[in-house]
Amino acid sequence: MARKLSMRQAINEAMHQEMERDESVIVMGEDIMGGLGVDWLEGDAWGGTQGTTKGLGPRFGRDRVIDTPISESAFIGAAIGASTTGMRAIVELMYVDFLGVCFDQIFNQAAKFRYMFGGKAECPVVVRTQIGGGFSAAAQHSQCLYPIFTHIPGLKCVIPSNAYDAKGLLIEAIRDNSPVIFFEHKKLYDAETEVPEESYTLPFGEAGILREGGDVTIVALARMAHMAMEAAETLAAEGIECEVIDPRTTSPMDEDTILESVENTGRLVVVDESYPRCSMGADISSMVAEKAFDSLKAPIRKVAPPHTPVPFSPPLEAAYLPDAARIADAVRAVARHGS
Amino acid sequence: MQVSRDKLLEAYRSMKTIREFEERVAKEFATGDLPGFVHLYAGEEASAVGVCSHLVKSDQIISTHRGHGHCIAKGCEVGPMMLELFGRKGGLCGGKGGSMHVADLSQGMMGANAIVGGGPPLACGAAMTAKIKKTGGVAVTFTGDGGSNQGTTLESMNLASVMQLPVIFVFENNGFAESTAANWSVAGGDIVRRAEAFAMPGVQVDGTDFFAVHEAAGEAIDRARKGGGPSLIEVTLTRFYGHHQGDNQSYRTPDEVRNARESRCPLVNFRRRVTEASLLDAAELDAIDREILDQMDVATAAARAAPWPDAAEVLTDVYVTY
Repeated sequence: MARKLSMRQAINEAMHQEMERDESVIVMGEDIMGGLGVDWLEGDAWGGTQGTTKGLGPRFGRDRVIDTPISESAFIGAAIGASTTGMRAIVELMYVDFLGVCFDQIFNQAAKFRYMFGGKAECPVVVRTQIGGGFSAAAQHSQCLYPIFTHIPGLKCVIPSNAYDAKGLLIEAIRDNSPVIFFEHKKLYDAETEVPEESYTLPFGEAGILREGGDVTIVALARMAHMAMEAAETLAAEGIECEVIDPRTTSPMDEDTILESVENTGRLVVVDESYPRCSMGADISSMVAEKAFDSLKAPIRKVAPPHTPVPFSPPLEAAYLPDAARIADAVRAVARHGS
Repeated sequence: MQVSRDKLLEAYRSMKTIREFEERVAKEFATGDLPGFVHLYAGEEASAVGVCSHLVKSDQIISTHRGHGHCIAKGCEVGPMMLELFGRKGGLCGGKGGSMHVADLSQGMMGANAIVGGGPPLACGAAMTAKIKKTGGVAVTFTGDGGSNQGTTLESMNLASVMQLPVIFVFENNGFAESTAANWSVAGGDIVRRAEAFAMPGVQVDGTDFFAVHEAAGEAIDRARKGGGPSLIEVTLTRFYGHHQGDNQSYRTPDEVRNARESRCPLVNFRRRVTEASLLDAAELDAIDREILDQMDVATAAARAAPWPDAAEVLTDVYVTY
């Protein structure tokens, strides 16, 4: 039987394999091993807040698995500086919500070097970060800020929805010479899929077609891809066949797969856990409206949270987050349109 | 610290090149033919050269918006720099960077940086590379009095200290962050006092005195190379121009700059010191002066005559385009 791994294990395995393969790969961030400064401790106390870096420290040593003080500007900047001078740093921004205390180093430094210096610099850094709601982690630990990074030329943005994709895309990210932001939805860490033991890469800019169908196209990322699949099952029982597309990377974006699907179905629902304004939902909708207008048989529908911070209380958060029922409602509306 | 005759000549040439480059840029900018804006380093030459004369090509430096001097001191060529400032084809960054982003990674120059406080974290990273790869290399971040108050800088000093990174924090305190006086903006008065808080050696030196800077930098860089961790050097100096060209400098008295040019000029001081001590003679310094002026004529004429970059260059070097 094929081996199954959780997304947490797949990410961990990808880093192990790449550190083994290439000694210029280093991993750094807060509590990557954990317990630094506690003299009597041996091994890694935490291995990251989610255990994604567990075992790296004991295997590769503190020279390459580097715990830092809580000072995101300094250590993310240092990862960028190290990656510009010969290392390949995988640096952890614990939650994407913390980008406010380090964004300059990412968008003004890492993203700009190659262009601004006339092609003479490379910055093969990977910033791994957690996204998403669903844990009552409230307004400062639940956001999906990938549209902000996707907006910036010079960054690549990867948003896996499952363990298999996560491993292949993370290895691709580590080997890529550009700065890559790798978004991990915290609700997906325990989700298991079959994952090959050997190392493999998945190309950026190639969407995954999670389900084929001829009636309505649903584009959804990360946890929303799972919600979309759940909705698609419900809708199939009603006679509406959905094609579910997971872009997997938002920069580069696989426009062709989405456009081809919409040309076939004529109907599009975009599901996005990020805020609704200037979001991936808005971006994909505008792309389709611009490039496949004549194929559309119904207005594009976006399913997104309301334009508010993420609330804390479980019923409030449940009301806030898109779910399969809301996606199914949106699909029914576009399927009915004009018929 | 003894400085060899060759090193002295090299240092003078480098400082004089910076001065004449900046004087020429001031002149060219006034014609309106230089795009964007420029921040000139004239008056601060002994800092860049005093520090960089200890560095080899594989050592890394990172600079500020006032970066021309650091570029020249680290070995960037004047011709391609001038082309870059004019935004022409063949510029050091292909015309995509300009004055505030001149960089040459092949010379260990990680770039002028237009974000105040942007450099120190990056220098920590370059120092990490040197430490992990055990190259014996060092990284130097040049920051101003303004940058000394940025969180990035203070975070980086902490990071460098706890990780014992081979990085040198050089604070060029020219008295003003844009138009705001350092004697107001820098709490505690002297930047050097912050070294103690981060458990690193710190020294304040007179930036008009090449020998003082050279000696302080030598100690700090030597310590870093030997695994002794980071150091702070505060260099006090005076900028001869405004924050940027076009700055009316209404925050300075009319005599301040004139007096500084007379009494706080690192080049005048250097020439007096080396000729009085008979280390170099005035005639050979004069010959270098003439050579550099010719070099500036050539660089400027070439930049003015050079073609603009191809429009297709807009879309290159950005990883993903749409």
